[in-house]
Amino acid sequence: MFAFTYHRPDTLTQAVGLLRGREEAKPLAGGQTLIATLKQRLAAPSDLVDLGALPALRAIARVDGRLVIGAMARHADVEASPLVRESLPALAALAGLIGDPAVRNRGTLGGSIANNDPSADYPAGCLALDATIVTDRREIAAADFFIGLFETALEPDEIIIQVAFPLGGEGTYEKFRNPASRYAMAGVFIWRGQALPGEGPVRVAVTGAGQGGVFRWSEAEAALAAHFSPTALAGLVLSGDEMIEDIHGSGAYRAHLVGAMARRAVARMTQAGA
Amino acid sequence: MQPTSFKDTSLVRAPAHPLALSVNGAAVSVTVDVRTLLVQLLRDELRLTGTHVGCDTSQCGACTVLVDGAAVKACAVLAVQVEGREVRTIEGVATAETLHPMQEAFREHHGLQCGFCTPGMILAAMDMVRRHGPVLDEATVRADLEGNLCRCTGYHNIVKAIIAGARAMGAGPAVGLD
Ligand SMILES: Cc1cc2nc3c(=O)[nH]c(=O)nc-3n(C[C@H](O)[C@H](O)[C@H](O)COP(=O)(O)OP(=O)(O)OC[C@H]3O[C@@H](n4cnc5c(N)ncnc54)[C@H](O)[C@@H]3O)c2cc1C
Ligand code: FES
Ligand code: FES
Repeated sequence: MFAFTYHRPDTLTQAVGLLRGREEAKPLAGGQTLIATLKQRLAAPSDLVDLGALPALRAIARVDGRLVIGAMARHADVEASPLVRESLPALAALAGLIGDPAVRNRGTLGGSIANNDPSADYPAGCLALDATIVTDRREIAAADFFIGLFETALEPDEIIIQVAFPLGGEGTYEKFRNPASRYAMAGVFIWRGQALPGEGPVRVAVTGAGQGGVFRWSEAEAALAAHFSPTALAGLVLSGDEMIEDIHGSGAYRAHLVGAMARRAVARMTQAGA
Repeated sequence: MQPTSFKDTSLVRAPAHPLALSVNGAAVSVTVDVRTLLVQLLRDELRLTGTHVGCDTSQCGACTVLVDGAAVKACAVLAVQVEGREVRTIEGVATAETLHPMQEAFREHHGLQCGFCTPGMILAAMDMVRRHGPVLDEATVRADLEGNLCRCTGYHNIVKAIIAGARAMGAGPAVGLD
């Protein structure tokens, strides 16, 4: 690890101030990604601003018909929260599929989406649910937040405070885990609810597979808007050329997995409704 | 001899940082290089070498300890992050005379061979009881062992031990296994 200066602010204002003044400073959340990066010397921040002493950032609440989850809510908090399980069960289930229990006891929502790993789970949930990412200075729609591989709309000194999820619909997340790392080889979040302006009532967000990170599969959305059933997706396949290709699988294999996960998710939703 | 292989070789020293926490019920005050991992604090400074390092990359769970009751991988936590918290390691689960019910269940059900993964397994199992209560089914235990690797015993007896140990924990500290 390279040397850094450690800060443990106990107000959000202090945390924001510490990051603003220092170009190479980074927030530290659960550390489940950042600490490994530091150990491998893949990052050399001048300062770490630990958000661990800001309990307000860990709150989960329902506000004006939206579910608002603090950036420092741990995956285990979201998985077990009665409020999340009741109002957005698919999101609680998604959190419970991340890594293993010890990782879920430390890793946070804010850290996961700020990192935007192409195989991470939360980006699919945020995009499918049309979440709003609230930072210390603005609100960013999920559609504008996830930009590319490990790239988001965040400024270097910007802190995610919370994420707001609109309610009123139903969804499911299906994940095919990499058997070694447990990250998604393909993860598909399907949501059926209120249509966004100019769109249909179904959103399909795909993680783990696309070379550019999380994306929406518009052909599947159109097919499901016309007929919400697994058969509507029969024969629909993404191009393997745009999928991740690595030692774990070819692009074509990932494209196949995405289709399989999507059909499984729809099957689960239609069975649950029957 | 260096006690562990991952002492940092960097020539630049990061600032020292005063740190107060509780380890196995005792108050601890130390000054650490801010880069010190929790597992390094436990093993190298406090000489609590029951917490093992298998992978040093968050995969194997040999370094699992409890922080405020919740299992974490001590190789992926900075010591400074546990300021003011309660840390429990394998050295802190038994009393002088009696094994903890979860340890006793591992002994009884042959849940260990070499014992390298065992401290992490026991603490991960105690975290399962915290989250799910003392009645665990096999599927839950197997799923929750995702982050704890055993390279010699095989999981079958570990799963049996955890189910029995959890039940014994529910029965209270004075009651052993049936
Ligand atoms: C063994 C293992 C298995 C895993 N499996 C999965 C999996 O299956 N699915 C999955 O999605 N993830 C998985 N993860 C990753 C895990 O979810 C991490 O917790 C997550 O990616 C990062 O969250 P963190 O809170 O640990 O953030 P940190 O590691 O502390 O930070 C990550 C990055 O985000 C920045 N950051 C953190 N918080 C904020 C904030 N509030 N505002 C702005 N920037 C911020 C940091 O500066 C840093 O750059 C796994 C990790 C491990 C170790
Ligand atoms: S040594 Fe920490 S998980 Fe393997
Ligand atoms: S008992 Fe040897 S690794 Fe598990």
